[in-house]
Amino acid sequence: MSQTEYEVKVGMECHAELLTQSKMFCGCRNEFGGEPNTRTCPVCLGLPGSLPVFNKAAVEQVLRTALALHCEISLHTIFHRKNYFYPDLPKGYQISQYGSTPIGVNGYLEIEKADGSVKQIRITRVHLEEDTGKSIHSDGAGYSVMDYNRSGVPLMEIVTAFPPDIESGEEARLYAEALRSVLLYLNVSDGRMEQGSLRAEPNPSIRPVGSEMFGVKTELKNLNSFRAVQRGVEYEAQRQAAEIEAGRVVIQATYGWDEEKGVTVLQRLKEVEQEYRYFPEPDLIPIDFDTEYIESVRASLPELPLARTRRLREQYELPAADALQLVSDRATADFFEESAKAAKDAKAVANWLLGDLTRLANAAGTPVSETPVTAAALADLVNLIVAGTITGKIAKQVIEEMFVSGKTASQVVADLGLTVSGADEVAGIVAGVIAANPDVVAKIKGGNEKSRGFLVGQVMKAAKGRARPDDINRLMEEALANA
Amino acid sequence: MAELYELTAADLAAKIASREVSAREVTEAFLARITVAEPSVHAFLTVTPELARAQADAIDTRLAAGESLGPLAGVPVALKDNLCTAGIETTCASQILRGFVPPYSATVAEKLQDSGVVLLGKTNLDEFAMGSSTENSGFFTTGNPWNPDRVPGGSSGGSAAAVAAGEAPLSLGSDTGGSIRQPAAFCGLVGIKPTYGRVSRYGLVAFASSLDQIGPFAHTVEDAALLLTAISGHDERDSTSVPRPVPDYVQALTGHVEGLRIGIPAEYFAEGISPEVRAAVMSAVGVLRGLGAVVDEVSLPYTDYALAAYYIVAPAEASSNLARYDGVRYGMRTARSSNHIELFERTREEGFGAEVKQRILTGTYALSHGYYDAFYLKAQKVRTLLQRDFAAAFERFDLLVTPTTPTTAFGIGEKSNDPLAMKLSDICTIPANMAGIPALSQCCGFDTDGLPVGMQLMGPAFSEETLLRAAHAYEAATDWHMRRPNL
Repeated sequence: MSQTEYEVKVGMECHAELLTQSKMFCGCRNEFGGEPNTRTCPVCLGLPGSLPVFNKAAVEQVLRTALALHCEISLHTIFHRKNYFYPDLPKGYQISQYGSTPIGVNGYLEIEKADGSVKQIRITRVHLEEDTGKSIHSDGAGYSVMDYNRSGVPLMEIVTAFPPDIESGEEARLYAEALRSVLLYLNVSDGRMEQGSLRAEPNPSIRPVGSEMFGVKTELKNLNSFRAVQRGVEYEAQRQAAEIEAGRVVIQATYGWDEEKGVTVLQRLKEVEQEYRYFPEPDLIPIDFDTEYIESVRASLPELPLARTRRLREQYELPAADALQLVSDRATADFFEESAKAAKDAKAVANWLLGDLTRLANAAGTPVSETPVTAAALADLVNLIVAGTITGKIAKQVIEEMFVSGKTASQVVADLGLTVSGADEVAGIVAGVIAANPDVVAKIKGGNEKSRGFLVGQVMKAAKGRARPDDINRLMEEALANA
Repeated sequence: MAELYELTAADLAAKIASREVSAREVTEAFLARITVAEPSVHAFLTVTPELARAQADAIDTRLAAGESLGPLAGVPVALKDNLCTAGIETTCASQILRGFVPPYSATVAEKLQDSGVVLLGKTNLDEFAMGSSTENSGFFTTGNPWNPDRVPGGSSGGSAAAVAAGEAPLSLGSDTGGSIRQPAAFCGLVGIKPTYGRVSRYGLVAFASSLDQIGPFAHTVEDAALLLTAISGHDERDSTSVPRPVPDYVQALTGHVEGLRIGIPAEYFAEGISPEVRAAVMSAVGVLRGLGAVVDEVSLPYTDYALAAYYIVAPAEASSNLARYDGVRYGMRTARSSNHIELFERTREEGFGAEVKQRILTGTYALSHGYYDAFYLKAQKVRTLLQRDFAAAFERFDLLVTPTTPTTAFGIGEKSNDPLAMKLSDICTIPANMAGIPALSQCCGFDTDGLPVGMQLMGPAFSEETLLRAAHAYEAATDWHMRRPNL
């Protein structure tokens, strides 16, 4: 029996909590966590008689995102009620946007694949809705309690177009990463998948290669990382194929992702289509966008990640991986560019930023752009190396001190006397090492070149890293020849 | 000399302002009257005597200090119990909200408090304002002060009965399909459903959001104008309230209607309207004509579809608005549940009355996938057609005059087993809600049983001044408004 070859098609629904000061329809602060039910009011608790008033900042953030995703903007857009019962939904309906005129329609997001090729993933809608509260289940105590701090937090939903353009787990991950990057650039989301402020829900289906028909899709939830997005889709595609190969059918259902076991777990069958009884929200008035306003928002959009990656590669001659890593966070990329402009070697800035500075920042739990090492200070450090004032090895010591004290590289070097040793000084040290190790010198003379490394090491140790390797090698050569 | 409780709000306010009587004396007079009338009327779900006395004393203190207060300072009011009042139980006459004490007040309640008005208590209604008689109250039925065996109308029957019985000089109700105007007609009062968006709905427990408006009950047009002025205006907390300046509606009461163009829509005088009601309204039109108004007939052909469309739109919105009563956060919770689904189902089964359940079911059906276009969307289209009907009529006329109700107050129990007959009692009032236009009901006579007859005036959006002016002129030429029931 020949094995059928399948291809996977993946639609994606992503939700991002917006970075507004207040909630979607009331004045309560929009923040993660906190003492349960401390950021609530009659509106987000859905008390009888309360009414929603939409948050203009949230509307603008969705508009910015829709424009950045190349969407057409609905000049007239309205809210709808999505009706269903759940304890975390205090009004018994979620205010959302249904139908053909959400804020943004028909856009796309580009992803760059490992081989450098770029693929367009079409987006069908970008809309605004409100988040729900959270149920907290007591283990075995027979009750649950509710926290409504998250209730009414503005939530943006971004849905890919059908038929799906995403055709692998890797593409699903790249899409989620690219989207997060755009959202961070627009400063509309903090993009924290582990906290659930950004949620990616792929719905993969498979079909035999060459088939015109689409397979039954399943929905994946609880994917708390990009890696989980890729693994979840890959696992699910294999599971679906195994079902079909075993003579069974794929059943439309929602699956959760078990990160530890690396498997998808059935959560809920979708035997009947959910009946949400959508209708226009009568408590809110329609939003009519002014084209001038839309254009002013469009004009204020920052350079987006993919374009910036391309530019950094060309302008600073950076390796693709470095450019990608720098651009993944807007503040880091801004920091790099500020530093690179003041430095004599942009590549070196990238290396120091992605290397030692990132390591130090991660250890301290601070974003790399917010450590005591400023962009100017990093440029200074690189310039000292370029000028030959300090060695790369000393620079590692210098940046540690800069990170602790907030001093500039020049200050640290001056304070600790770390400038490169002069050739005379190095020559003296070399002479001393040779004099102290006659047996090693004899081995070298006898043809054991490996022992030369030991002497070099002794010199470096004695010079405390301030000697240039070139100087050491040259002077060692001369000294051995004369020995 | 008339008792204090028989006076108009305007007279009471004048006496309080001039310190002829104290606000406290006025409040005591009404509290005493409540004690006398309640055993037969049952207008109140909650009486708030301590609060009323404290508010009245505060007004007296301010007046003693020489402060000049607003035109309603010290005047008592009663509020329909679907208006949220901070610290005071608000039930919507539903078992499901028993024990619910809101942490906040409706905008209208705040505005009244700022006007120095004294709150006497919360009045009975049909559960969640669904009904035309108060017989759907989850607690008890209110009696009509003109005849306790008759209904006071509904849903704002408690607010109407309280004023008619002299238990309060003023009250607020809410009107979704006639819930102010119909009880005003049955109780011989002035009742106004303002233009949609004129009064903030914030804190009004929603029945049908696109139709609900809060409005006043009073003995006289002037009193109604005073109360309407106090509660109107844009509210940032209600997106559907309209940012438009609020006139002093009392200033509109000029007494002049010369040249006012009045339309008589034939559809409102058709089959089903009792001959006595028709005669009383036509006679009132004759009075207005005598005062100089120009009267002519007009047709509003889509009127016949208003009731059917209303019974799609209102239940549909209600089915969603009432979803929040699930026993999780406030109000009643079933004692018999082992999971959240049972908690929802049993709380709602035990907490809602039959009429509310029936409307939730109707509305849920109308919004369901596959039915939405046939019902809700179609009903919204009918609404547009009704609006066009009115727009065309208002090109020719300044206002329209119709009966408020097909009959005078019916007997308690008479229609409670005939839901269609009950709903037909709103046939004249529903179109104004569907079109969002203002409408006023006032007394234009009494039938042979001694029950009041209501006349309805309707005008274009934000024409409250015209309605008040015409009603005031009619009132000045007649003395129906002077009559009081014998309790």
